[in-house]
Amino acid sequence: MEGLLQVPFLTALLAGAVTAGIPLLLAGLGEQMSEKAGVLNVGIEGMMLGGAYAGFLTAISSGSIWLGFLAGACGGALVAVPMVILCVQRGLNQIVIGIGLTLGLEGLTAILHHVQFSRTYPRLARVETLPIPLLSDIPILGPALFDRHPFVYLAFLLVPALAILYRGTNFGLWLRAAGDRPAALDVTGIDVIATRTVAVIFTGLMAGLGGAFLANVGAGIFVPFMTHGDGFIGVVLAMLARGRAASVLAGAMIFGGCLSLTTAFQIAGVNVPTDVIQMLPFATVMVVLIVFGRQASLPVALGLPYVRGER
Amino acid sequence: MNTGEADGNVIAAVDAPTAEDGSGVIHILLLTVGPIVLALVISGALLLILGVNPLTYYAVVLERGLFTSLGLEQSITRMGPLLLVAAGLIVAFRAGIWNLGVDGQFLLGAVLAAASAPALAHALPPALVLLASAILAAIVGVVWSLLPALLRAYHGVNEIITTLMMTFLGTSLANVLVKLMFLDPATTVPQTRTLPVDDRLPRLFGTTINAGLLIGLLAIVGVQIMMAHTAFGLKLRTVGANPVAAAHAGLPVAWLTVLVFALSAGLIGLAGAVEVLGIQGNVRADWNPAYGLAVIPLVFLARLNGYAAIAFVFLFSVLSIGGESAARRVGVPTFFTLVLIALIMIILATVEYADQRARAGRAS
Repeated sequence: MEGLLQVPFLTALLAGAVTAGIPLLLAGLGEQMSEKAGVLNVGIEGMMLGGAYAGFLTAISSGSIWLGFLAGACGGALVAVPMVILCVQRGLNQIVIGIGLTLGLEGLTAILHHVQFSRTYPRLARVETLPIPLLSDIPILGPALFDRHPFVYLAFLLVPALAILYRGTNFGLWLRAAGDRPAALDVTGIDVIATRTVAVIFTGLMAGLGGAFLANVGAGIFVPFMTHGDGFIGVVLAMLARGRAASVLAGAMIFGGCLSLTTAFQIAGVNVPTDVIQMLPFATVMVVLIVFGRQASLPVALGLPYVRGER
Repeated sequence: MNTGEADGNVIAAVDAPTAEDGSGVIHILLLTVGPIVLALVISGALLLILGVNPLTYYAVVLERGLFTSLGLEQSITRMGPLLLVAAGLIVAFRAGIWNLGVDGQFLLGAVLAAASAPALAHALPPALVLLASAILAAIVGVVWSLLPALLRAYHGVNEIITTLMMTFLGTSLANVLVKLMFLDPATTVPQTRTLPVDDRLPRLFGTTINAGLLIGLLAIVGVQIMMAHTAFGLKLRTVGANPVAAAHAGLPVAWLTVLVFALSAGLIGLAGAVEVLGIQGNVRADWNPAYGLAVIPLVFLARLNGYAAIAFVFLFSVLSIGGESAARRVGVPTFFTLVLIALIMIILATVEYADQRARAGRAS
């Protein structure tokens, strides 16, 4: 047990938390915008898988990790398109379509993987990092936070950017109105459907990027079903965050940290069953909910299609 | 504003009554068969891209899922646990509760049934062993839903979050139990002790179909009657449609909420027991059939109607059993079934929506 609280353990833990947390962060931030605008996006798991597959395929065939991220974002957004057409513009049940998309993408990406990679299992090389001078020399924090692929920094920068978008811009206000009082937004002349469309496509982009990061940086390989419920954790993070982007970041890092505990424990020479450690983040959330009885304060119109003139 | 109200409205919107008239049967058949054919055509195109003749594939799926006695029996057998899950979900959704914790409740029920049945086999007669294991599984399901139920009932905590958390916890806990507590020492792969075939749920009429089917049918018909035709069901639906109004009307909303969770999760836990005691015989580590994701859309497509859910569950069973055989015979991976089922779901939902709009247009 004395391997704990030593530098290698803490470094591995923190670095692992970031690696495992980035996909959750992106998924959570994406889902947050959908939920603000009143769309419960359960298809996000499928969007992540779409992004992971498209991102990996592009990165491995082009050799460019950035093209991979671009393709991942496009892949995720592509999966979001049916969600927009069916649920935002037509008002179909969001849960049915969301789960349908998730199941469909699970199947589709697994088949494509089976056809293309199941014999060769190609792997991407470890990504190159961009150490930030001085900061990357700090023990523990440096390697975990400041000696990473530039994409990681960009992902973190998204948090303040979105916070400003939500608090300080008209669009942020429209989003909230689309989720809380869509009819009122409509009266002011802003298109509710268009606002929600932007939000859901953004969710797709973010989820796709998260998936691409998972495959290209986290694992270096695409594996069927590799998101393992990350999208659903994103849904929960967005619900718990009460509309604040910074809370999504905190939640994503806590979840990521718990997910990386296994590897960190191995480095410290402590053997704890993976399944037990995997329970930690979920148990933490439950304890928090029990102790604080925290209400999620969801948008009033969450899950409800907007039909002009109804009610 | 209360979030529960919004939840209730979503479900109430789904639960709008459908107009039934003379030409209804043909109409409904068209609405059901049309989308399925369309989904088959689209996924057929995908098969062509994969270099497989779609007609060969579909022929194998139908033959193995529906037209051979063994395949049909397997398809019907699979319906038992699925119907129980559907019944559990219908109770919850009609009462305005989003129970998204199916997999955790199901797996823990399954693991406890798998652990208790072989252990009890020495002490009790077979029928009592099955009964005790099934009851235990249902209780475990209920226990696993208790926290979300209490948090929702007394603190207003959104149950989508809590049931999802509990389902992730439950799937991991089920693995821990299989690997660390109930491990069969006689096998190298981590799994629970296997219940001998003779001690499993009795088979029906000389087929391989077991009594799990009857339990499932009983549950879903019972739930349908309870929700549609009893005062208790009306109370639950009132809570689901508008909890604030229900409280004003003097209904014990908190207590009814806990009760709904218990009924829902109990049925789903029982589904786990039926799967193990009737079909699997044991639980392997990391086993998770993920019935939750499959059955939730099915019950919505059935408009939360128990009888319609039976039809959808049958369709799902045929496709998944047929798909498993076709995977071995034609070399198309089983994942293909997921794509097919997802397509059917999305197209069915779309066509039904279009149909509703058309009706609404005619009515006004």
